Amino acid sequence: MTVVFEKTKGLTDVQTHYCPGCTHGIVHRLVGEALEELGVLDKAIGVAPVGCAVLAYNYFNCDMHEAAHGRAPAVATGIKRVRPENFVFTYQGDGDLASIGTAEIVHVAHRGEKISTIFINNAIYGMTGGQMAPTTLIGQKATTAPLGRDEAHSGKPIKMSELLATIDGAKFVERVTVTTPGHVRKAKKAIKECFKLQIEGKGFGIVEVLSTCPTNWGLTPEESLRWLEENMIPYYPLGSFKRPKEDD
Amino acid sequence: MRKVLMKGNEAIGAAAIEAGCKYFFGYPITPQSELPEYMARELPKIGGVFLQAESEIAAINMVYGAAGSGVRVMTSSSSPGMALKQEGISYMAGAELPCVIVNIMRGGPGLGGIQPSQTDYFQATRGGGNGDYRLVVLAPADVQELVDLIIEGFDIADQYRNPVMILGDGMIGQMMEPVEFKEPKKRDLPEKDWATTGTEGKRKPNIINSLYLAPEELEKHNIKLQAKYREIKEKEVKVQSYNIEDGDVVIAAYGTTSRIVKTAISQLEREGYKVGLIRPITLWPYPYEEFQKINDECKGILTVEMNNGQMIDDVKIAVEGKYPVYFYGRTGGMVPTPDEIVKKVKEIHGGEI
Ligand SMILES: Cc1ncc(C[n+]2csc(CCOP(=O)(O)OP(=O)(O)O)c2C)c(N)n1
Ligand code: SF4
Ligand SMILES: [Mg+2]
Repeated sequence: MTVVFEKTKGLTDVQTHYCPGCTHGIVHRLVGEALEELGVLDKAIGVAPVGCAVLAYNYFNCDMHEAAHGRAPAVATGIKRVRPENFVFTYQGDGDLASIGTAEIVHVAHRGEKISTIFINNAIYGMTGGQMAPTTLIGQKATTAPLGRDEAHSGKPIKMSELLATIDGAKFVERVTVTTPGHVRKAKKAIKECFKLQIEGKGFGIVEVLSTCPTNWGLTPEESLRWLEENMIPYYPLGSFKRPKEDD
Repeated sequence: MRKVLMKGNEAIGAAAIEAGCKYFFGYPITPQSELPEYMARELPKIGGVFLQAESEIAAINMVYGAAGSGVRVMTSSSSPGMALKQEGISYMAGAELPCVIVNIMRGGPGLGGIQPSQTDYFQATRGGGNGDYRLVVLAPADVQELVDLIIEGFDIADQYRNPVMILGDGMIGQMMEPVEFKEPKKRDLPEKDWATTGTEGKRKPNIINSLYLAPEELEKHNIKLQAKYREIKEKEVKVQSYNIEDGDVVIAAYGTTSRIVKTAISQLEREGYKVGLIRPITLWPYPYEEFQKINDECKGILTVEMNNGQMIDDVKIAVEGKYPVYFYGRTGGMVPTPDEIVKKVKEIHGGEI
């Protein structure tokens, strides 16, 4: 019998706590596969955020740290500066990375820390029950924006990939999603390329993944995928914002 | 070993390097900036890393990452910066990570001032961050003791897997004194087999974490922490005392304030007064038992601090109501003078207060 699909060694054999239909799970798989396929699983040290992925340290099959809310990039900096030969990555949500941890992510990019970041943008605070995130769309309802996000009150949703791409030390910035098999393949390619950048010692890389939160969006998993495509992608365009230049 | 003349802040750096610390993450703030400046010059020479973080919050979280990866690492700051580090300190205590944190205190609250003070006693000994945790808090009174405590502090941190804080004031950071680098007492230090170094395919993943979602698990973790704190209380108390069997008044003071108190005591002795001193060197664990040795005739305990009375709470706990406890302090960077202390002791002695 030929094996056509196997669960990656990059993930542990435990059941995750993610809600049914949540795309955190897909992204975990892609990260695990990328670590395994690039041969860095044995020397990987990951940093989990505070958010729905707080327990990611139980899921990635490598050494892990659990960081304080938003501080994963600083924790990763400490690890990488001490162990430059190891592969160091953070996995963060949009509240974690784009709100409380904005300074930390901007400054790892600014210093060109040789770490990789997976950024899950689901336009909401999932873990705490659906409060507004800095990434919540205009008009989108959240428990702390009961009438929908109002630009005059809360500003427009922040575009982190565009912002980080302006920083010299960020060498790889790409936004992807995982709503279709085609998108999943592209997302995996981006994650692998981003990781390769660190392996080659070229600087900071980040992949933003537009994700769903069926539970707090109040939609079925399928409706969520459609809602993401119809509402998030027009505001958060997919694609590469930055690649290393020839001389990088 | 030969003695060298060093400024307190630089001596901290030299002592840390002597103790095998090659990593430093910090953010500038007066009156401790000579320390990160020293580390920026010296660490690259020995293959270490100095990194100026974007904030104290980032710096302490870099320390969390580095300590979790198994190395000796240090950060330093002064009061307002130390306030920002509390989140990270609590996480390190929870995840049981060893490190040495230096607070060269200045006046507060808020931005306060830049002159010496001891206003962060509560923050250091009561846990400035969230949760039921303890730091080992060491309070040196001179530059030699500062060096000794830094070197031993790294061992204590590693032995108990706990953050250690050096609590100094602006005076000790800025003063120059001759120092000698001595070997600390030998301790059995455990292997850091919990550190994240990459599994190399040879072991199960190591996880550095302070989250326990199940209440029974978190309680178990806290019971374990408390057992560790009890062991530290039993084994690590350090205190210096003088004439407490005989003193009519006993003064309690720590850090540079204790030196001013010693000058006042000499002056009082020349005038025929009998005055004792208890100088806690560990502020946590606090040397409560030392106060039991004070003679029964003692008229009162005077606590002298560069704040409005913080250690006085521990002194009151220690004497259990047996003696009246008085306070003298100056704040805002004002330093108590020996004459002021002499006057206060005479008042207690004469029953005027
Ligand atoms: C200092 C601090 N502030 C607030 C919280 C509460 N908190 C936990 S998760 C979270 C939001 C997480 O949202 P996000 O990063 O978007 O992750 P998601 O759950 O959506 O994946 C908040 C505010 C916390 N744990 N710590
Ligand atoms: S709350 Fe939302 S983001 Fe969190 S696991 Fe559930 S669906 Fe996913
Ligand atoms: Mg989110």
